[in-house]
Amino acid sequence: MFELIWLIPLLPFAGFAVLALAGSRLSRGVVSVIGTGSVGLSAALAVVTFAGFSISPPPGNAYVLPLWRWVTVGGFSPQVSLCLDALSAVMVLAVTVVSFFILLYSSEHMAREEGFSRFFACMDLFVGSMLTLVLADNLLVLYLGWEGVGLCSYLLIGFRYEDSANVRAANKAFIVTRIGDTALAIGLILLFIQLDTLSIREILVQAPQRWFPDSGVAVWAALLILGGAVGKSAQLPLQVWLPDAMAGPTPVSALIHAATMVAAGVYLVARTHVLFTLAPSVGGLVAVVGAVTLLMAAASALAQSDVKRVLAWSTISQIGYMFLALGVGAWSAAIFHFMTHAFFKALLFLSAGVVIAALGEERDMGRMGGLRRDLPAAFWTFLIGASSLSALPLVTAGFYSKDLILFMAWTSGTGGPWLWAAGIAGSFLTGLYAFRMVFLIFFGERRTAPAERPGRAVTIPLVVLAFFSLVSGFLQMPAALAPVTIFSDFLSRSLPPLRGVPVSFTTEVILFLDAMIMPVLGIAAAWWLYLRRPGLPERWAGTAAGSALRRFWHSGWGFDGLYGAVFVRPFTSFARLNRDDAVDLIYGGLAWYSAGLSSLLTRTQSGRLRRYAIGIVAGVVIALGLVIWFKESP
Amino acid sequence: MNGIPVEQGLIVAGLLFVLGVAGVLIRRNVLFILLSLEIMLNASGLAFVVAGARWLQPDGQVMFVFILAVAAAEVALGLALILWVYHWYGTLDADRACGMRG
Repeated sequence: MFELIWLIPLLPFAGFAVLALAGSRLSRGVVSVIGTGSVGLSAALAVVTFAGFSISPPPGNAYVLPLWRWVTVGGFSPQVSLCLDALSAVMVLAVTVVSFFILLYSSEHMAREEGFSRFFACMDLFVGSMLTLVLADNLLVLYLGWEGVGLCSYLLIGFRYEDSANVRAANKAFIVTRIGDTALAIGLILLFIQLDTLSIREILVQAPQRWFPDSGVAVWAALLILGGAVGKSAQLPLQVWLPDAMAGPTPVSALIHAATMVAAGVYLVARTHVLFTLAPSVGGLVAVVGAVTLLMAAASALAQSDVKRVLAWSTISQIGYMFLALGVGAWSAAIFHFMTHAFFKALLFLSAGVVIAALGEERDMGRMGGLRRDLPAAFWTFLIGASSLSALPLVTAGFYSKDLILFMAWTSGTGGPWLWAAGIAGSFLTGLYAFRMVFLIFFGERRTAPAERPGRAVTIPLVVLAFFSLVSGFLQMPAALAPVTIFSDFLSRSLPPLRGVPVSFTTEVILFLDAMIMPVLGIAAAWWLYLRRPGLPERWAGTAAGSALRRFWHSGWGFDGLYGAVFVRPFTSFARLNRDDAVDLIYGGLAWYSAGLSSLLTRTQSGRLRRYAIGIVAGVVIALGLVIWFKESP
Repeated sequence: MNGIPVEQGLIVAGLLFVLGVAGVLIRRNVLFILLSLEIMLNASGLAFVVAGARWLQPDGQVMFVFILAVAAAEVALGLALILWVYHWYGTLDADRACGMRG
């Protein structure tokens, strides 16, 4: 029954092909039906496949569908084949379902935009590339999807290309992620040279047999793959592109943040987990990168006033949690958080999109406020999303996935109190910035009156995603609460099971209570700062230290300025110096010299018959003279 | 055959040839340049005849017939070209017809 999985990526590609070729001639209704329907069909297929996979798993818990041989060059003959195992099944399900609802929302949200069919064509290509990436059985095919995702993010961030700022943001996203892509490409080459194969399953089998743990080549392979993952997933030090990527339309941000693109890095590390187990030092680095990124991004989210930028930094922070989980070897915890994050982050972006559209493209939270009664659907769904983001205990999905990560960060063999402390501090900050958004947008006094209300194509995705943001967490519960481990059991078919150092029941309860209390504390702090004493944050920001800190956090810890000073400005000034191309001077000189010589010789070309005759006569005389000369004096 | 010594014949031919060359180089009228060319051809014809007489061979005179044929053809073509030059430039001055200057 799995023979049809090739249709899952093909359907969005087909939608893209139809829209790209004939989109401008179709009516908007037809365009949205094709664009949404192709992903919807593939989502339906994914649901059926997933159900089939969980009821009757294929032998070996992985179904491989070989399609064709890509190319044969010497010993290099990559096979294009799809692989469905527990990990890719979960990813396919989350990606298709979330993308379908985002596209459904876009069919109304984008209705008045220019380039409607271009938008849907790119979105379909985006989803298709992500599905290729997720289902790939071969690192080369994975890389194809990886690049496709990068291309589509570029096209969609720069969707409104009339504004040069959007084009700059698109360029930045493309160039920064390209740094990571290059690292990944080098990693792929290294793996091929060392192991003679790019098939993921063979690599995972052969690498532990051929390489010693923590040997040089293992460390390099893991580091290079981590480089690719860091670029795509916007982790330190390549996180700078994601906040600027907010230049794209809101559904694009939802798609990039929830289902595609940034999740690719997490998936890649989970997929190649054996390499990171072989190089424990790199595994530790992954955890540290995640921990630092989650704290840094959470602090930056606090200082933003643009609602979409808050959400962007929150994504970086949440992906940081996933990297933390990956780093401590809790692979399925990372994927669990990916799934819940996909639901609540898509929900947050889509309901923020409703608010932004209702206020006429107003993104500044300082000019919002009091929208609770005007936009009830947006309010309730945003509230659910923010609760799930800040891990409100017991009722939200985000709580269960984050609690699992925090628990594993403490108990896993490679974890420790420091990683746990970073995570728990981050969860306080998450509650603070999430509910800062809620209070600033929906409470307080009304500053701008909404102009329009969302229609049904917008509210249905909101309600469905809100439902998933609440209940998808019940698949996996902490042992202190209820022994439900459906999710990790399912993933243990293709990933190593969650293993922790056994801890006493008291420690477990204390960890659990901490994970419950910190988000509540954060929410309470937000309530106190933004509803109870609304002037207080402004007064803090008014002081010298406060305003400096705010500016520092607002600029994302000054990374843009740093990279501008270290890389961008030296490069551009060198380019300006070398505007005429120093190497070109040699060839330019050669051309100039030839032209001078030629103009000298053209003087002889007088066009006068008699001059030419003189030339001929002189030539004859000289030739004859020479002949005679040599004859006379041998 | 005791006729004119071959040296004298060749000297006459050479003088004729130099006269022709000088005419080509000095005259500006295209018609006279063509005339001078004819003189040069005849000079070379004379040299052939003198050489044929020297070796008692008929080949020299055969060559001269050939040269006459070539000269006739050349005059026909040359006069046609001169007519065109006159038509085009309105003059027969060879120096004025310098449209090929580089």
